Amino acid sequence: MRDRPLVQLTLARMREFYREPEAIFWVFGFPLVLAFALGIAFRNRGPGELKIGVLRAPGDSVIAAALDRSPALAAAVLDSGEARTQFRTGRIALLVVPGDPLVYRYDSTRTESRLARLEADEALQRARGRPDVASVRDERVTEPGSRYIDFLIPGLLGMNLMGSGLWGVGFSVVQARTKKLLKRFMATPMRRSHYLLSFILSRLLFLFLEIAALVGFGWLMFGVGVRGSFGALALITVLGALSFAGLGMLVASRARTIEAVSGLMNLVMLPMWILSGTFFSYSRFPDAMQPFVKALPLTALNDALRAVMIDGTGLVRLGAPLAIVAGWGAVSVGVALKIFRWR
Amino acid sequence: MAAIRCSGLVKRYADVVAVAGLELTVAAGECFGLLGPNGAGKTTTIEILEGLTEPDAGDVELLGMRWGGGGAGGAADRALRERLGIQLQETQLADKLTVAETVRLFRSFYTSSHSVDEVLALVELEEKRGAWVGKLSGGQKQRLAVACALVSRPELLFLDEPTTGLDPQSRRQLWEVIRRFRAAGGTVLLTTHYMEEAERLCDRVAIMDHGKVIALGTPRELIASLGAEHVVEFALVDGAGRVPAPEELAALPGVQAVRPGPDRTALTVAAVHLAVPALLGLLERRGAELSMLATHHATLEDVFVSLTGRQLRDA
Repeated sequence: MRDRPLVQLTLARMREFYREPEAIFWVFGFPLVLAFALGIAFRNRGPGELKIGVLRAPGDSVIAAALDRSPALAAAVLDSGEARTQFRTGRIALLVVPGDPLVYRYDSTRTESRLARLEADEALQRARGRPDVASVRDERVTEPGSRYIDFLIPGLLGMNLMGSGLWGVGFSVVQARTKKLLKRFMATPMRRSHYLLSFILSRLLFLFLEIAALVGFGWLMFGVGVRGSFGALALITVLGALSFAGLGMLVASRARTIEAVSGLMNLVMLPMWILSGTFFSYSRFPDAMQPFVKALPLTALNDALRAVMIDGTGLVRLGAPLAIVAGWGAVSVGVALKIFRWR
Repeated sequence: MAAIRCSGLVKRYADVVAVAGLELTVAAGECFGLLGPNGAGKTTTIEILEGLTEPDAGDVELLGMRWGGGGAGGAADRALRERLGIQLQETQLADKLTVAETVRLFRSFYTSSHSVDEVLALVELEEKRGAWVGKLSGGQKQRLAVACALVSRPELLFLDEPTTGLDPQSRRQLWEVIRRFRAAGGTVLLTTHYMEEAERLCDRVAIMDHGKVIALGTPRELIASLGAEHVVEFALVDGAGRVPAPEELAALPGVQAVRPGPDRTALTVAAVHLAVPALLGLLERRGAELSMLATHHATLEDVFVSLTGRQLRDA
């Protein structure tokens, strides 16, 4: 009976991968550890109590008592030396200097300090008898989808697709080249297309495990759901995986050493780790950079993943980001095939 | 029909000429050895023949076919590759695949092939079937590499330094594999820098140096070209007496040629029983003291030394 070369090549790819414990960790374990750590660190728990310092001076205890009455604030009376140190190290968000007028000393570039100023002023003005002019009622809701972890999981998914595409393809190709295994294959009647396709196929087979691990973890651990359809999510991840596998092929097309390809991969991935909105929104970058940032494949992929997972957007409305992802993949494969070093 | 025919092969790299106008014809069923020191151009030559390196000039014909028919990697080339078995000098097979998985992978590339079990039996690796390649010894890895070359039932087998770095036992095991392939009618081209290997395995040998064939013939013919069957080597203790001049040595009975070397002198000798007593007598008269005296049957190594004035290993 004859074995099919494409099947055997794909099996070889997969065996080499799952028999490498480090690879398993970096592809499956690491994103979960990252999601867990960041999900815990940035869980939504409100700002907590804001620490306010009151400078030791006549009238300080009345002010401190008034501040302490607010549930959002914790006041402490401090000597001027102590106050300076605590202010400088950020242990107090605001320093109140008693007198007439009252002085609020704070750093207006810190969100926490500005919040402290508003809360402190409110407490002190009320204590001195300012009435509420309009009657209001607070309604507190915490919406799944608006938390940091909801933002993070699709980003990690995108980052993982990029990493495993580039490493999975790039590293294996260059390793085969440095070990002269590629040359050995060229000495057989193997079709080149089968060799390259085997990478794509093994990527796709592992892809579903990667996605299931991360999405399942986000759901079980943090209740991160998928608001859109799973079909759309699957399609976007397949497209993303193919595109980054193509980019991996391009990066690996000429490199002769593992060192060279590692450098190239970092060169490709590092800007996207920072710019593409994996850990924080790319809208923080200046306007002038936005067109460049939005043209990156990981940015487009993250946007599409978030649209489906958080907003429940349908595929039809994701044409633009998906075109960017597909375009990068197609161009990469096209160039890679032209310049690929087969021995 | 010749299994391999090539003429006018030239390959230049940036600053060296690796192959400088090579002509070779290997008959079907023959075991042909390319012999020479490192850097003689053996690997470049064999890789040109294998269609893995493009020559700058020259013509290659394998089993009546030529490379590049219908474009590189095209159907014609693949049809030719179906009939070849190739082992490359530096290939490291994937460490994390088992022996059987590796053979099965290579097997899948060919339309007609041995079964995995058949080919593992050919190289006596049945017991290592399920072992990871990374756990094999050097000799076992090399036999696996040959198994991957044999799996296609090739008509023509290329082996590039198949036994370099192996212990004597592994080397003999591999020779046995090659002999069996030949017995079944296969043609072999191998490169080696072990003279003993060439003498034992090859019907004909081409000695290469600086990209050219400097001698060609059966091992017996090449050794006979020295004009004598034995080599006597000796060295003297420093400062003890005068070293005899080469002419004096050449005049001794039974001595055909003299090759002075940096640390020893070699005499090509037709009659050892005459030459050795005469040599000892001459040294005694000179008051010279021997630090080493050895005799052996002439080998291809001696042929190489007499042609180039250099030892093979350090050439």
